[in-house]
Amino acid sequence: MTDRAVRRPASAARSFWGALPLLTLIIMIGPVLAGLLGTVLPAFGYLPAAGLGAFSITPFTDLFAWNGIWAATRLSVITGFAATFLSLAIVTLLMAGWSGTRAFRWLETLLSPLLSVPHAATAFGIAFLIAPSGWIARMISPWLTGWERPPDVLITQDPLGIALTLGLVTKEVPFLLLMALAAKGQSASTQRMRVAQSLGYGRVSGWLKSVFPVIYAQIRLPVLVVLAYSMSVVDVAMILGPTTPPPLSVQVVKWMSDPDLSKRLIASAAALWQLALVIAALGVWWIGERITARLGLAWVERGTRNLHLDKTTRPLGIILGTLSALSVLLGLLCLGVWSVAGFWGYPDALPQSLTPKNWARHWPDISDSLITTLLIAALSVAVAVTLVIACLEAEHRTGRSLSQKALWLIYAPLLIPQIAFLPGVQTGLLMTGATSGLWPVTLMHVVFVLPYVFLSLTDPWRNWDPRIDTIARSLGTSPTRVLFTLRLPMLLRPILTAAAVGFAVSVGQYLPTLLAGGGRVATLTTEAVALSSGGDRRAIGAFGVMQTLAVIAPFAIATLLPYWMWRNRKGLHG
Amino acid sequence: MDNGLHLKAVEICRGGQPLLQIDAQVAPGEILTVMGPSGSGKSTLLSFLTGHLAPAFAATGQVVLDGSDVTAQPPEHRKIGILFQDDLLFPHLSVGANLAFGLRGGTKSERQKTIETALSDVGLKGFETRDPATLSGGQKARVALMRVLLSDPKALLLDEAFSGLDTDRRAQIRDLTFDHARKKNLPVVMVTHDIDDAKAAGGRVIQLGP
Amino acid sequence: MKTLLTALPLLATLGLPMAALAETDPADWDAVTSAAKGQTVYWYAWGGSTATNDFIAWVGDRVSEDYGVTLEHVKLTDTADAVTRVLTEKQAGQDDDSAVDMIWINGANFASMKEADLLFGPFAEDLPNWQYVDVDGKTVQTDFTVPVEGYESPWAMAQVVFMYDTADMDATLPTAEAMLEWAQANPGRFTYPQPPDFLGATFLKQVLIELTDDNDVLAKPVDEANFAAVTAPLWDYLDALTPVLWRQGQAYPATGPAQLQLMADNEIDLAISFSPGEASTAIANNQLPDTVRTFVLEAGTLGNASFVAVPYNSGSKEGAMVVANFLMSPEAQLRAQDPSILGYGTVLDMSKLSEDERTAFANLDLGIATLSPAELGTVQPEPHGSWMTRITQEWTERYGAGQ
Repeated sequence: MTDRAVRRPASAARSFWGALPLLTLIIMIGPVLAGLLGTVLPAFGYLPAAGLGAFSITPFTDLFAWNGIWAATRLSVITGFAATFLSLAIVTLLMAGWSGTRAFRWLETLLSPLLSVPHAATAFGIAFLIAPSGWIARMISPWLTGWERPPDVLITQDPLGIALTLGLVTKEVPFLLLMALAAKGQSASTQRMRVAQSLGYGRVSGWLKSVFPVIYAQIRLPVLVVLAYSMSVVDVAMILGPTTPPPLSVQVVKWMSDPDLSKRLIASAAALWQLALVIAALGVWWIGERITARLGLAWVERGTRNLHLDKTTRPLGIILGTLSALSVLLGLLCLGVWSVAGFWGYPDALPQSLTPKNWARHWPDISDSLITTLLIAALSVAVAVTLVIACLEAEHRTGRSLSQKALWLIYAPLLIPQIAFLPGVQTGLLMTGATSGLWPVTLMHVVFVLPYVFLSLTDPWRNWDPRIDTIARSLGTSPTRVLFTLRLPMLLRPILTAAAVGFAVSVGQYLPTLLAGGGRVATLTTEAVALSSGGDRRAIGAFGVMQTLAVIAPFAIATLLPYWMWRNRKGLHG
Repeated sequence: MDNGLHLKAVEICRGGQPLLQIDAQVAPGEILTVMGPSGSGKSTLLSFLTGHLAPAFAATGQVVLDGSDVTAQPPEHRKIGILFQDDLLFPHLSVGANLAFGLRGGTKSERQKTIETALSDVGLKGFETRDPATLSGGQKARVALMRVLLSDPKALLLDEAFSGLDTDRRAQIRDLTFDHARKKNLPVVMVTHDIDDAKAAGGRVIQLGP
Repeated sequence: MKTLLTALPLLATLGLPMAALAETDPADWDAVTSAAKGQTVYWYAWGGSTATNDFIAWVGDRVSEDYGVTLEHVKLTDTADAVTRVLTEKQAGQDDDSAVDMIWINGANFASMKEADLLFGPFAEDLPNWQYVDVDGKTVQTDFTVPVEGYESPWAMAQVVFMYDTADMDATLPTAEAMLEWAQANPGRFTYPQPPDFLGATFLKQVLIELTDDNDVLAKPVDEANFAAVTAPLWDYLDALTPVLWRQGQAYPATGPAQLQLMADNEIDLAISFSPGEASTAIANNQLPDTVRTFVLEAGTLGNASFVAVPYNSGSKEGAMVVANFLMSPEAQLRAQDPSILGYGTVLDMSKLSEDERTAFANLDLGIATLSPAELGTVQPEPHGSWMTRITQEWTERYGAGQ
């Protein structure tokens, strides 16, 4: 009798918890699929609202008749592969040559906060830094270079997309490095290295042979995300990329916003082409992985100790890593200087005067968009963190962990180029009457925030000692009370960190905000990118600084709050 | 009345393969020692008893505590306490709050009083506000013991509970635990790989596994 | 009671669209201002210039004080975005509460919106401040040869001038040919915003007008039959100019202000502007060195008006009309013309203003780099809007997609 009374609610509760991951997946995948449909139909000529109802492949023939198509395609592909390969290479060299050293810890501290800085702010900083009239040129001119005037050389917006690639690399290195560091914790790398070195392997070769394969297996999805992202990025490409022609994704946005409706068809076709390119690139990367694995295995089996590798690759790793970090930091500093600059002509290394005028002037705009930014970020992070915790708790209660396939689904919004489904989402939102505003934007942000929150919280959550749960339950505590009085407080730090990561992701979103907000929702990022076309460095500087503060502050809170709350609890400061 | 802990024809399988079988009656105040090499399913047995069996395992049989079948009960309703090798004090709570966590009922002042008494019983008078992380290993073990006892369990499980302690403290804590369990008339199931533990318990010993 | 409750949803469905369709007659100004009170107007306007953004913010403060209208500036990188937005809404059947209430518009965007029935109106000539507008002296009733017919309301006059840095250039350049020669002698020191940017396209039109013999053909829509022949001199000119442009024409500044920044960085010495007061304003804002001056071509330069239009599906048409009317007020026009604020030409007729207002305009210090109305010389009319679209398209194929 009591038996049944207990069992029934338990199974009802179980099916509730069992349904949670599914609900989360629907929230995430739903908009992506709907958006893709909204792209596929116009790509084949079907846009009934505009009186275009006949299926055809004309959009594609138009697309391939555009004389910029191959240049734009090449840019997308080369930028994507180059940025991904370089970022991965720098991270690998750094980890192989330096992990465990003081220099490495120092660089790690330097790079970690950079992970959160929005791509747009980083790109602005780098543009300010490396342009022919940029800060570097100013500092060494004319006394060293003889450049009385900025040299007429194409550094940013170069047709090969070199500046774009470098801008992406500086931003992806911190991302991959932190992913790799998280993976390192589970790879027993110290022990492996000890074994390898005792067998006479060098630091780099030993690491590559014994640790890299384990770590790579864990950061594989993030690497693929970097590849897909680098191929199809819009905001960074608008700031650092070439314009004659622009990369494919930027061209899609241009066509998408053309008053001539028929351009939407070619835009959709181009968006699908972009999607196809990304899928193909992921495939090529996968083949590359296989080949590398085979060659790597052969290399391992040969048993060469490769001690000479250390001499060349260690300095290379630390130099590239430092350069990457410095260029972002100096760029951000440059944004700060411009934001308070009076007249600052070339080749002065510093402005003639400093003035608060720029800030006073832009403050009304900055404060408005700051409030919107914070509101959207707070809402989307709250939703994402709640869903992720609910999923992880469901996993804990039902004992079924998320399958590898489901994991891929969670990553789907990051692997499918935003440009391929967001335009479709925009049309879809309009048709359901949810025209614009905060809610659709927040929902779209959740789609992109959630995977990162999931990524960041899963390991700490799963690593929580399950015996704590056993003990608490045996003391007569319900699962819900265990969650709220034990697990959440004990995991306060990782939860806040995951929230800060999510916050940074939300603050940095450009395309989802622009398209789901119908232009009405002005965040720091959309305002900053809108300003980029105007080239007013003081305004861009002020917005960039604010963007940076908006993401650094939550990280500071995530670090300091648990420290303060648990100031008398040493056991939580492991 | 069928007092004590009764494991009726318990059989645990893993992926269809039988892992262990046990049928035992542990009287109040009795200590049943379960021994066996690692992989023999000692800890799995305890998980089954607390109600935390992982989905990879399947179990048949019944757990009857003081005459009522608790096999289908969720862990928090079973009143079966457990101690692990690590103290597992909740690191974000003070020593006093750790004890209060398991304590059932009572007014605020009664609860305070109970905790005070419990702490001085184990020589930790005035430790209420201390951070558990600042306690020595032996002190932590005593707090953990008090925490489970204050929750008023009807049975106690010991999962290698003394293996983490150095030799001196080990005997001390073990005696303390057994004393308290006997004083409260609790049936105890102890899983250990240490023959000293088994000897000290002085009860029946069941050998598991190959 | 119960019947009333069940009837409510029905009433609501019947009543709401009707309320939205009922529009205030623009001629009944009292009704317009009372309906406008409390409305929020989303003004979609290009947001790349901080001077303009500041001016719009000021307009917002003023209409909020006087009429209780809240003005929100939605900053665009491209006006076409707003047009697209309204088009998309029409497709989606969003006919009564557009995200867009007012657009800063002219030329091709106006022509396409008017043609597609996406605009509310006529209203402009019913606004009270229309009485001050210089209807005869300024091209405010046609926009790129398309008749305005009250579907947009003017608020600023623009004319092409060229900015040059006297620290690097000795003399002004009288013709397009002279500019080419100068550029060949000083490679890398001239550029223009990348078409289809409005200013870049304006440069193309300016050159075309300079080079073509037959300006009448430009007043008519593009005829594909003679397009190649008419524009051939333009492409020859650009073929010669592009290699000596900044970055050899492999990259262009995105917009006018970006071009301004290049000038401030001393990367270029010569740049086009569509606002005679822009250089002075930029000097005042530390965005240009004070050695910059402006000039116009001997044969005159292009001029046109900036307008605001209201989408057919705006939910705040009255509020938008209040803002449009305020923009034409002597107060707003005076502020817009002040080079330390915006430096835009006024659309008003001085003779229609009061004595005080005339004096205020006359006393404006136009700034060191601004030409006087006499020096600005002849204003050339805009070609038909289709020329801009077609030339831009051709330019993109020739120079915008890699060589």
